[in-house]
Amino acid sequence: MSLILEAKHINKHFREPVDFHVIKDVHLSVKRGEFVSIMGKSGCGKSTLLYILSTMDTDYTGELRLDDELLTGQTANRLAEVRNEKIGFVFQFHYLLPEFSVLQNVMLPARKLGRKSLEEIEHDAMEKLRLLGIDDQAHKKAYRISGGQKQRVAIARALINDPHIIMGDEPTGNLDSKNSDIVFNIFRELSHEKNLSLLVVTHDHDFAAKTDRLIEMEDGRIISG
Amino acid sequence: MTNYGIILEISRTHLLSRMKQTSIAALGVTFGVGMFITMISFMTGLNGLLDGLILNRTPHIHIYNEIEPSSIQPIERLADPADFQIIRSVKPKKGEVRIHNALPILSQLKRDARVKGVTPQVNANVFYLAGSIELNGIVTGINVMDEVELFNFGDYIVDGNPQDLAKNDRGILLGAGIAKKMSLKVGDRIQVSSINGGIVPLKIVGFFQSGLAEVDKVQSYVNLRTAQQLVGGGSNYISDLNVKLWDMELAPSMSKEISAQHDLTAIDINTANAQFDTGSFVRNLITYVVAITLLTVAGFGIYNILNMLIYEKMNDIAILKATGFSGRDVQQIFISQAMLIGLVGGVLGLLLGLALSVMIDGIPFDTPALPTISTYPINYDSTYYLIGIVFALVSTFLAGYLPSKRAERIDPVDIIRGQ
Repeated sequence: MSLILEAKHINKHFREPVDFHVIKDVHLSVKRGEFVSIMGKSGCGKSTLLYILSTMDTDYTGELRLDDELLTGQTANRLAEVRNEKIGFVFQFHYLLPEFSVLQNVMLPARKLGRKSLEEIEHDAMEKLRLLGIDDQAHKKAYRISGGQKQRVAIARALINDPHIIMGDEPTGNLDSKNSDIVFNIFRELSHEKNLSLLVVTHDHDFAAKTDRLIEMEDGRIISG
Repeated sequence: MTNYGIILEISRTHLLSRMKQTSIAALGVTFGVGMFITMISFMTGLNGLLDGLILNRTPHIHIYNEIEPSSIQPIERLADPADFQIIRSVKPKKGEVRIHNALPILSQLKRDARVKGVTPQVNANVFYLAGSIELNGIVTGINVMDEVELFNFGDYIVDGNPQDLAKNDRGILLGAGIAKKMSLKVGDRIQVSSINGGIVPLKIVGFFQSGLAEVDKVQSYVNLRTAQQLVGGGSNYISDLNVKLWDMELAPSMSKEISAQHDLTAIDINTANAQFDTGSFVRNLITYVVAITLLTVAGFGIYNILNMLIYEKMNDIAILKATGFSGRDVQQIFISQAMLIGLVGGVLGLLLGLALSVMIDGIPFDTPALPTISTYPINYDSTYYLIGIVFALVSTFLAGYLPSKRAERIDPVDIIRGQ
C-alpha cells in the first residue's frame, strides 16, 4: 500500500510566552485507505501536530508530503488549494456557516474548487447528505439543526470534493455516545468502502481502539504506533 | 482561480443576515451622496444663473472709442527726447464718440471665422421728460433681433416682446425702474430729449429689466435708426460693437488684435468679469469639501461595522480558510461587502439627491432682480451623478480595505485552537 501522507523530522516551537519545544522530531505516515487515530493527554501536542499535517500551520521544520507532493515551503495560496482539493476537515466544534443552509454549507468547498457546474455540485452535495442520512435537513439553516446532525453535515462537507484524506480534530468530542457511534461508523464505512484515508485526533479510548492503527503521543513525541 | 459567484454570495448572505447594521451603514453613504448631489446641483444651478445674468449678455469683446488724452503730446514729437519737458493740465482732444469706419469694421468682423456674431450699438445720453421732471438716462440703439439671438436679450423684456420694438421705429423698451418712477405702462408715450435739445416722442412697447436696479433706472432700448437720429448722426454712426465668439477663450488675444489694428479700445470678457470665475470656483470647492466630509463620516461608520462583523465572523473565516479559501478570497468577501454597501447606499443617494433637487426646483423663487426665474435653479448635469457614485465606491473601498486586510491575515489555527 502506498503512502498518502508522510511527515519526517517535524519540529515545532511555541515562542510565546517562553520558548517551548512542542513537537519533537516526529515521523508519521498514513497509507491509502488506512484509518489512523492519535491519542494523548491534553497538551501533548497532538492537535498541534494535526494542524501541521493539515497544512494550516506552516511554522515548523521538517518535511511534509501529501500524495507525493512536498508541501513544506509552498505558498499560502497553493496550500489553500491543496486543502480545498485533497483534505477534508471535521472539527470538534462543527464550524458550519450558520446563516447558510445545510446544503449551501456542503457545497461551499466544491464551489471554491469550481470544477463542476452548480447543478452537479448541488446533486453531489445531496448525495453526500443522503449518504449520511441527513438529506431531509438540506434546506434548513445550519444553526437550526442538532449537534449530531451538524457534525454529519461537517463530514458531508469534508467529503464533497472527494478528498484523499480526512482529518478530524476530536470529531466526536462534543457528541453523546449514540452520535459518536454514528460518526465512527460513517468513518469506518468511508475507510472500507471508499478506500479513504482518515487521521483522527481523539480523547475517546473506545473510538481509538476500533481504528486500524493507534498512535500515542506524549510530550511532543510519538511513543507507540 | 477565484470563484466570484461564491464570494459574492457569502458577502450577500453576511449583509442580509445583519440587515439593521447594513442599512445603517448604507444610509450613511446615501446621506452623503444625496447631500452632495443636492448641493452640487443647486450650487451649479445658481452659478449658471448668476453667470448667465452677467456673462450671457456681456459681449465677449466690447469695442468702443475711449475718450482719453493722447499718450504722446505734439511737443514730444518735435522736441529732442533728451530735453526736459513739462506739460500741465493735459485734456483729451475734441473728437467724436463714434467709431470711425464702423461699417467696414463690422463687415470685416462678421467675415471672421472665429466670430459668431457682431451687433452694432449707438449709445445716447438723454433726458426722459415726465411733466416738469427731467430724469437723465441712456438710450441704446440696437438691432433688437440680433441682440435676442446673440445675447439673450429677450430674457430681459418683462412686458411686451422684441418683435414689437423691431416693427416700430418710434418704439422704446423702457427700463423698469424708469417706468416705475414715472408710473408709465405699456402703450403710453414718453418724451425723450437728446443732448442736442431735440425732443422725440416715443411709444412704450415693453419694459426691460436687467436684474441690476441701477441699470434699470437709467437704461432704455430703441432701434438703431432711432438712436442715430437722437444723436444726430447718419446710418454710419455707431458707438459700440459687441462681438460674440464661438470660443470665449479666444477673447483676450482677439481683443488685443482688434485694438492694435483699428486704434480702438477693445475689452474682453475675462478682463471685464474676472470675479465671476472666482465666485463659481469657491462655491464648487465648498460643495466638494462638504461632500467629502459627509462621505468620510459614512466611511468611518462602514469601517466600524466591518470590524465588528469580522470579529463576529471569526469562525466563518477560520472554516473558509480551513476548507481551502485563500486569504485573498476572504479579503474579497469583506471588501465586496463594503462595496455592496457603497453601491446600494450610493444608488439610493443618487435617487435621494435627484428627489431633493426636484423638490428644490419646484420651490417658488420670485425676485424682481431675476425676471426670467420663477423657481430655484437646479443643474441636472449627469456628470455629478457619476462623480457621486464614484465617490461612494471609492470611500467604501477605502473603509473596507483595512478591516478586510485584517480578515486576510487571521490565522485559522488560532481560532480553531481557541475554542
